[in-house]
Amino acid sequence: MSDDQSLLTRRNALKCMAYGGAGTLFALSGGVFTPIDLAMAASDKRGVAKLGKPLFIQISDTHIGFNKEANPDVAGTLTQTIDIVNGMYEQPALIIHTGDITHLSKPAEFDLAQQLFTRLRTTEMHTVPGEHDTTDATVTEYFNRFGKASDNKGYYSFDHAGVHFIGLINVLQFKPGGLGTLGAEQLAWVAADLKGRSASTPIVVFAHMPLWTIYEPWGWGTGDADQLMSQLRRFGSVSVLNGHIHQIVQKVEGNMTFHTARSTSYPQPVAGVGSGPGPLKVPADQLAAMLGITSVSVVKHPSALALNDTALA
Amino acid sequence: MNLQRTQWLPTVVGMVILGAMEVCIPSAGETLNATQVEVKDFMFMPTPLTVKAGSTVTWTNKDDEPHTVVSDTGEFKSGGMDTNESFSHKFDKPGTYHFTCSIHPRMVGTIVVQ
Repeated sequence: MSDDQSLLTRRNALKCMAYGGAGTLFALSGGVFTPIDLAMAASDKRGVAKLGKPLFIQISDTHIGFNKEANPDVAGTLTQTIDIVNGMYEQPALIIHTGDITHLSKPAEFDLAQQLFTRLRTTEMHTVPGEHDTTDATVTEYFNRFGKASDNKGYYSFDHAGVHFIGLINVLQFKPGGLGTLGAEQLAWVAADLKGRSASTPIVVFAHMPLWTIYEPWGWGTGDADQLMSQLRRFGSVSVLNGHIHQIVQKVEGNMTFHTARSTSYPQPVAGVGSGPGPLKVPADQLAAMLGITSVSVVKHPSALALNDTALA
Repeated sequence: MNLQRTQWLPTVVGMVILGAMEVCIPSAGETLNATQVEVKDFMFMPTPLTVKAGSTVTWTNKDDEPHTVVSDTGEFKSGGMDTNESFSHKFDKPGTYHFTCSIHPRMVGTIVVQ
């Protein structure tokens, strides 16, 4: 089997996958994610260590301030999540939070979240806001704390280990009855940001609401995401990471892998079950298995991977 | 057997809709004095709500999930309303006012001011 074929097989294997356990470690090999159950990763430290330094951990939907029956202690489950990350065989370079840091955009909720985040051994955190982070009258609580990276715009990019990261905001400019929106200004910025960039650069795009339509009646999608995808399609490896729906849903389309993360706070029903996307009450002993994190690691320096593949073929 | 079932279903659905309409029609005439909108099961109820000019409308969230009330024209906007929290707005001018929940934009409602 040629290496190209083995990549395709791995891609196919990712389609429609569902996961159990506390979290999923993703190895980015040749630009393609390979998922590894985090519980398994923890028990097989040597095997996982061969995958290289973990690039980043995705945390999502911490909803600090939520205190209902579905999880009366969201600070506790975030702390447990942080303990899992801190206990990893090697610390990831970055933490990416895909939004809904707080439940009601209250200053005390943001303060507690930031206080809890300081326990992470990895100190570099990149965030995008969720719609729960922007409900304050002036939409300033999030930006006062996390707006610096994006000059208070909510969208920005950076590079790390040869991977180009793009953080986007799709929770403002809601159209009544509609899905999330990126907007013309942000889409134009993405076009400028990607211009002249080599198609072999691995791209990681992260935003709160799914950048693909998972379930329109519940607003689980972004209305103008197609205009973003058309700009990303020329790249050989694109990973799209979202939160919002508090469960893992994944698909692979060409060179793009789409992944939504579990929440660290409370689960939500699968699409269309019940009256709406509210907190899902589950027995206490089942809660932990429905919360979690996503971790991504780079096997080798991405710029070297193409050469490596050629040598193996 | 299958054929019988497919004939049955529309009849049952039709009866349910008819039943709902019978409940709604008389209450619509009484809404001039009612100024409460319940936010429950990811819906604004009732909608449309008809009130007299000068009325103050109060929205109360009955879900475990927070909701907001945001006017399409920006005339009024609540913050995030947690369970059992309320938001009020006084409508002085006659007109039709559409609003949505900014957390769940599929939730839409209308206040008609006479």
